[in-house]
Amino acid sequence: MDTLIFLIVALPLAGFLALLAFGKRIGEPFAGYIASATVGGSFVLAAISAVDFFRGIEHGRTVELFEWISSLGLNATFLWDPLSAMMTLVVTGVGALIHIYSIGYMHGDPRYGRFFTYLNLFITSMLLLVLGANFGVLFIGWELVGLSSYLLISFWFEKPSAAAAGKKAFVVNRIGDFGFLIALMLIFAKFGSLDFGYVFEAIHENAAIISVGTATAITLLLLVGAAGKSAQLPLYVWLPDAMEGPTPVSALIHAATMVTAGVYMVARTGVLFELAPVSQGVVATVGALTALFAATIAIGQRDIKRVLAYSTISQLGYMFMGVGVLGLVGGVFHLVTHAFFKALLFLGAGSVIHAMAGEQDMAKMGGLRKKVPVTFWTMLIAWIAISGIPPFSGFWSKDEILAIVFNRGGGYYVLWAVGILTAGLTAFYMSRMMFLTFWGAPRWDEGVTPHESPPSMTLPLVALAGLSAVGGFINTPWRPALEHFLEPAFELVHQTHLPAPGTQWVLAIVSVGVGIAGILVAYRRYVARDTQLETGGVWDTLLAGYHVDDLYGRTIVAPGKTASEVLAFTADAKVVDGAVNGVGGLVKAVGDQFSKLQTGLVRSYGVGILVGAVAVLVWLLAAGGGVF
Amino acid sequence: MVDFPVIALLVLLPAIGAVVVGLLPKSRNELVLPITTAISMLPLAVALYILWEFSAADGAAFQFSESVVWYEPWGIGWNVGIDGISLLLIVLTAVLFPLSILASASVTKDVKLYMVSMLLLETGLLGVFVALDLLLFFVFFEMTLVPMYLLIGIWGSGNRVYAAVKFFLYTAFGSALLLTGIVALAVMYGNDHGSLSFAFQDLLTLQISSTAQTWLFLGFGIAFAIKVPLFPFHTWLPDAHTEAPTAGSVILAGVLLKLGTYGFVRFNLTLFPEATVDFAPWLAGLAVVGIIYGAAVAIVQPDVKRLVAYSSVSHLGFIVLGTFALTSQGLQGGVIQMVNHGLTTGALFLLIGMIYERRHTRQIADYGGLANVMPLYAGVFLFMAFASIGLPGLNGFIGEFKILLGSYLAFPVMAILAASGVVLAAIYLLWAYERMFTGPVTNDANMGLKDLNAREITILVPIALLIVLLGIYPKPALERIEPAVENIIERIEDATGHETPEFGDMDDLPAATGGHSP
Repeated sequence: MDTLIFLIVALPLAGFLALLAFGKRIGEPFAGYIASATVGGSFVLAAISAVDFFRGIEHGRTVELFEWISSLGLNATFLWDPLSAMMTLVVTGVGALIHIYSIGYMHGDPRYGRFFTYLNLFITSMLLLVLGANFGVLFIGWELVGLSSYLLISFWFEKPSAAAAGKKAFVVNRIGDFGFLIALMLIFAKFGSLDFGYVFEAIHENAAIISVGTATAITLLLLVGAAGKSAQLPLYVWLPDAMEGPTPVSALIHAATMVTAGVYMVARTGVLFELAPVSQGVVATVGALTALFAATIAIGQRDIKRVLAYSTISQLGYMFMGVGVLGLVGGVFHLVTHAFFKALLFLGAGSVIHAMAGEQDMAKMGGLRKKVPVTFWTMLIAWIAISGIPPFSGFWSKDEILAIVFNRGGGYYVLWAVGILTAGLTAFYMSRMMFLTFWGAPRWDEGVTPHESPPSMTLPLVALAGLSAVGGFINTPWRPALEHFLEPAFELVHQTHLPAPGTQWVLAIVSVGVGIAGILVAYRRYVARDTQLETGGVWDTLLAGYHVDDLYGRTIVAPGKTASEVLAFTADAKVVDGAVNGVGGLVKAVGDQFSKLQTGLVRSYGVGILVGAVAVLVWLLAAGGGVF
Repeated sequence: MVDFPVIALLVLLPAIGAVVVGLLPKSRNELVLPITTAISMLPLAVALYILWEFSAADGAAFQFSESVVWYEPWGIGWNVGIDGISLLLIVLTAVLFPLSILASASVTKDVKLYMVSMLLLETGLLGVFVALDLLLFFVFFEMTLVPMYLLIGIWGSGNRVYAAVKFFLYTAFGSALLLTGIVALAVMYGNDHGSLSFAFQDLLTLQISSTAQTWLFLGFGIAFAIKVPLFPFHTWLPDAHTEAPTAGSVILAGVLLKLGTYGFVRFNLTLFPEATVDFAPWLAGLAVVGIIYGAAVAIVQPDVKRLVAYSSVSHLGFIVLGTFALTSQGLQGGVIQMVNHGLTTGALFLLIGMIYERRHTRQIADYGGLANVMPLYAGVFLFMAFASIGLPGLNGFIGEFKILLGSYLAFPVMAILAASGVVLAAIYLLWAYERMFTGPVTNDANMGLKDLNAREITILVPIALLIVLLGIYPKPALERIEPAVENIIERIEDATGHETPEFGDMDDLPAATGGHSP
């Protein structure tokens, strides 16, 4: 069985290595087939390996491959427990579908093989992230998914904006990593190990070994790392730009999997968060604020992918609310359903873009319902799912989070209200996007003749639509299967639970009502009154995302660059080096009294040293009778 | 253990090779490169033999030791040996020389003298790492100076004479202090025992007063700090790096700088433990300043070689920080990082040299969109850049991570500040990559550039493999470094009241579980 766990990672890795070496020669379409097959195979292996969790006869185990940095408690060890199994299934399952979709989407790209090479690198890295049994392997995966993301965002590197977006993503993520690294220093200083099992067991046996202050510091620093990877305030700015990457990349990395790594990390380290109530509040608040903030920006976007990008940031905010209040199952549940419907929305948007010959501006869409029927109907399901309308998947997971937040009471009522408000906004902006794209009169550019995408692209849409429709049933209040499944992984954490059934009903009615209201308002505005894309006033502010990028540019990037220039061209060149040259000049002035040939002086001195050194060696050899 | 004087062979082979190359007829200049490359493979073979035979189980003891007394009254002798600290640096040296010689195909001026300088430089560097007699150490230490001076001054570019003189005078100044310190130590030994000695093992037995330790630490320390170079003694480095020919930059960054950090570890920490403990916060502080300062200054450099040179100031800061954290983790990280930096920065200089040979410019602004015309070159450059950034899974991460974890308990604030270096490294390297390699090709001069050829690929592949190997499976390296490092830490603890901070509140924690060794 351990071999299977190893193979889950080894298969996409082998695909990556094979494509790295021969990808160009293999070319289209076999590079795509190989990549898809390895990821699909990985999914099958993961499903087989997870059977014992479903049957409830296994709780998890570790699989050690080899020693890495053992003195830090870091070995190449995998942890196969329900949480990592679930993440593995999502990553490889959604990953395989997106691989298949890419076979059609990337058709004709000159770097077709290279694309699948990077895609397999990403899957491998993401599997390391979720399967790591210690902070070290998790961190390797964490950084390698950042690398894959960098490579794939700037895949079309000839485009300067794509190259800049890739760099921005990596650098902003590194700012988060700075916090993550300090958290690791604190953990190692405290426990002398970075092994999950060791650290969590130690706390479980005696929670007093770590003070609330230390636990709070560690968890807040972990949050900094999570906020970078999962695009939360204030580090979310890289994700909208990441849309420069090919659309399957947006679906896989920047919606379904990589960006959820922060949520996974908080859930995985729930034992630490439980000791730090302040951190729980901060995580939930960051999540709620991000959810609301990004949802408002999404309302004003014109580019179909940027709507989805801000939507992703917003939905990740919900997940942070969930794990923040220690509703770990709820947060992870939303991670799963979101992976289904958001991947579907992105792939659907990709299909629309494909149909519109590369157009992404919704101002030039409209009336596409009949032209791309499969895309339309599948996206319709995702739209209803994300709007929180039962029985589609998003309703169950979003409502679970909101109900758990509500159940914490006190200040968390405010966060619940923010969540409800965001739910309404979500339904509104998503409906706006759908109406502007598929309803109304065509606003297409001349010469654009929309056509449905090939089966390799529509089949994944259909599969994801099915999952988006019924995916919520894996964890309903009446039959919380996911909760039971994950129980062994979270057994050391005292989670927050759902409120009483009566309260749940009331909360659910409120949130569904808000969702329907959002859709109806959008319908009146964009269909009944046929409002076109808005401009001017607040809409421009929303379109520009409140000008946060400019703000960062003016307050951080520009001053940083100036400081760097002052250090380089004034401090270093004039002051530090100036002092050295000043001393040098003084010596030279004295030296000139003896010799007018300054460089000649050095040269003869140099030769003198060399001759002297050799002479000493020879003399020593002679005096001592030699070595041999 | 072998009876054969394998270290003497290792050190003398390049020097003998220098004589052979020097004797080649002037009319056959085309033979110089292949012959020198072949010669440089011999010390590599010996180094690999040593690596193979080196026993990790022998702990901190010096292996392959050779001891021949040359001049009894002064206690001078051929005392050499290899431990876990010097082992990998020797292999690194022996690996980098053939590669840099192979990368010198474009040298046409006085090619014989060039190769002779390279080989003498190799003897000097190998000698420094094996010497266990301080006078011998000094002789080798100085011996590296002249060939490097010639390499920069004769085969350098543009402002080469200024750079060479600056390099020479700066380091010669340090050497004077070093020599004074060494002689003082020998005399102290003489006062105690009636006869002088320069032997490291003898000098380790000396009881040196605190005052004397302070002065000696400074004498050795300034010489080494210049070599590292530690802020604010670093300004010779960007000039020397920028003007040096490719091989010169590779050896300078890859090996020569490590003379400074190696010197600190080998001599300052062991001979002057009290002063080490006293000075540790100051050196760690300068190291952290160097980490941030070097990186910040690197960001805006218009010259890519200068950019990498400043990145060395930053990376070497990490090594010094780890060293003076005086914890096993930090020091291990420092030692392995010496090797890692040699590989990654060496590779970056090789790559810059390859593009310089094509375009004769180092200005970032002269490039742009190179990934379109030289995809393989761009890929390798990006790989090396990420190794330098410290991407986990590649070598740089292991050292940096150990240094950061290892220095946190000793100097928490400094360790946290140092961690910001990981952000800055991503900024300066990825921004440079963006400007040089992405976007469309804007400059017509870059249009028809040829991608890497077979010789260049041959040079880069071994380094790339070592980078991956050390990143994924550093255990064999760490196993060999660890005992030697532990030995130094124990020595400091025994000699002073200093207590190395313990990681983990062991009293409160349960017994170690699987995968963890306390």
